[in-house]
Amino acid sequence: MRTARLRIRTPEGILFTLPLAGPVARFLAFQIDLACVWGIGITTSTVLGSMGILSRDVAAAFITVSYFVISVGYGIGTEWLWRGQTVGKRVLGLRVLDEQGLRLTFSQIVARNLLRFVDSLPAFYMVGGVAMLASRRGQRLGDFAANTVVVRVLPLRQPDLDQLLAKKYNSLREHPVLAARLRQRVTPDEAGLALRALLRRDRLDPQARIELFRDIADHFRSLVEFPGEVTEGMADEQYVRNVVDIVFRAAASPP
Amino acid sequence: MIIDLERFIEAERPHWRELEAALKQLESEGASRQGLRELLRLHDLYQRASAGLARVATFSSEPEVRLYLESLVSRAYGEIHETRVRPHRLAPWSFLVVTFPGAFRRHARAFALAVLITCAGCVFGGAAIVLDAEAKDALMPFAGLHESPNERVRREEGTLSDRLQGSKSSFSAYLMTHNTRVAIACLALGMTWGIGTSILLFYNGVTLGAVAIDYAEAGQAKFLLGWLLPHGAVEIPAILIAGQAGLVLASALIGWGDRTSLKLRLRAILPDVGALVGGVGALMVWAGFVEAFLSQYHEPVLPYSLKIGFGLLEVSFLALFLAKSGKRTT
Repeated sequence: MRTARLRIRTPEGILFTLPLAGPVARFLAFQIDLACVWGIGITTSTVLGSMGILSRDVAAAFITVSYFVISVGYGIGTEWLWRGQTVGKRVLGLRVLDEQGLRLTFSQIVARNLLRFVDSLPAFYMVGGVAMLASRRGQRLGDFAANTVVVRVLPLRQPDLDQLLAKKYNSLREHPVLAARLRQRVTPDEAGLALRALLRRDRLDPQARIELFRDIADHFRSLVEFPGEVTEGMADEQYVRNVVDIVFRAAASPP
Repeated sequence: MIIDLERFIEAERPHWRELEAALKQLESEGASRQGLRELLRLHDLYQRASAGLARVATFSSEPEVRLYLESLVSRAYGEIHETRVRPHRLAPWSFLVVTFPGAFRRHARAFALAVLITCAGCVFGGAAIVLDAEAKDALMPFAGLHESPNERVRREEGTLSDRLQGSKSSFSAYLMTHNTRVAIACLALGMTWGIGTSILLFYNGVTLGAVAIDYAEAGQAKFLLGWLLPHGAVEIPAILIAGQAGLVLASALIGWGDRTSLKLRLRAILPDVGALVGGVGALMVWAGFVEAFLSQYHEPVLPYSLKIGFGLLEVSFLALFLAKSGKRTT
């Protein structure tokens, strides 16, 4: 199943996409938040309960008000302080974002949290759940009114090509003209597919791995034919690795 | 043509790291603490990363680089292109005396509609009691209202001891939180194109009308005013303002006579809806205090004229506040 993505085009004409959070991740985050509200509520009640020594009435009043403030204010406060994240969303790697990719405003946070009431109707977040499933952007009614979406926060990890393309001898580079032609003929999508296959190779079933790299290698062989003495005895996977090395590294790096 | 990914990453990596660090600093400190030079540099880095993303998207389909750049560009985009005013610090007083009444005045028609729906409910509730005395059990939500007004007045006026002694604060807290929850429900039901909000306002009116006619028919109008006015003078307008917020939300959803898109309409009304709800919360706190500490005491403990006078003073002050407060500033 493909992950739904939020597409945003900047005024500079750059298009970027963000992965939208699915209902299961959001439900789990909400359960964690409920546990947090419960925990904070219990702790606060215990602390405020000690005021009962002075006045049981005043202590009861503080407990009632504090539980209300915690249950309503938890989502608003945490999303405001942590830029669209609650404890649950942090744990699950989710973040509330303005639908246009802009910064969240306080009124947006207030609206999406207060409208939980209508999302929770008639029971177990049924209205919100149905709205999320029906919405292209996975929005419950609160999100819809506040113009917000919940996205998955991907860890910022800079790609490390060196790990993949170990700087080994590449016999295809012995023919620079053919290598240049290969770079010209391979499309970005084909190159990306080959790279992804190499990145995931250890997760493939052995038979599937052999078949996949045979198909990819055959395709690259059909684009540019290297002399037999260069490719002779070279496994399909090695051939694909060499092609990817040529495509993604224009010049040979010193070993 | 595919870009030389290795060379590209090697050349751009220092700029990406710099942008990451700048964003981290901006997100923790806010733009107000950044100098012009830092902000200009951030903009340069953002444009460079955007250009890099465009190159990767066009000339390579390497997913990791693309995801990394998308994440970086999206964060920077949110910071750079945001033009909406964001207060740097909380200003509750200014919110209460300027923002809230200003939002109320901007949507006075929605408030008038909320009043109209409640009045229609009052008429229905009053008529139901006049035409069918047995309707009382069905229309009144609390068991305390089911007894005869004369009996209640006799009982309450005959009780000289403080029946709320030792529970006034907790009763007040209960009222504040309960009424604020009702107000939130009134707002949130605006998402049903205003139908839910209208039903809640109408039902509130039905109860109010039924109680008013029930006590008036029994000749206990003075007791009723003395009981309801001190807290009702604030609580009823607060519910009406919550209904106003719900109707503002509904009108943005429906968009009659407005050619702007649904998203823009919702974006435009959100700050005002938030302001109205915040104001309602403050009014409910006051009403809760008054209901627990004043409304439940009747003659001979407290003269009705004093309670009615206090209620009238509150409603006049509230009307003046909503009509005039913060006008010069806005």
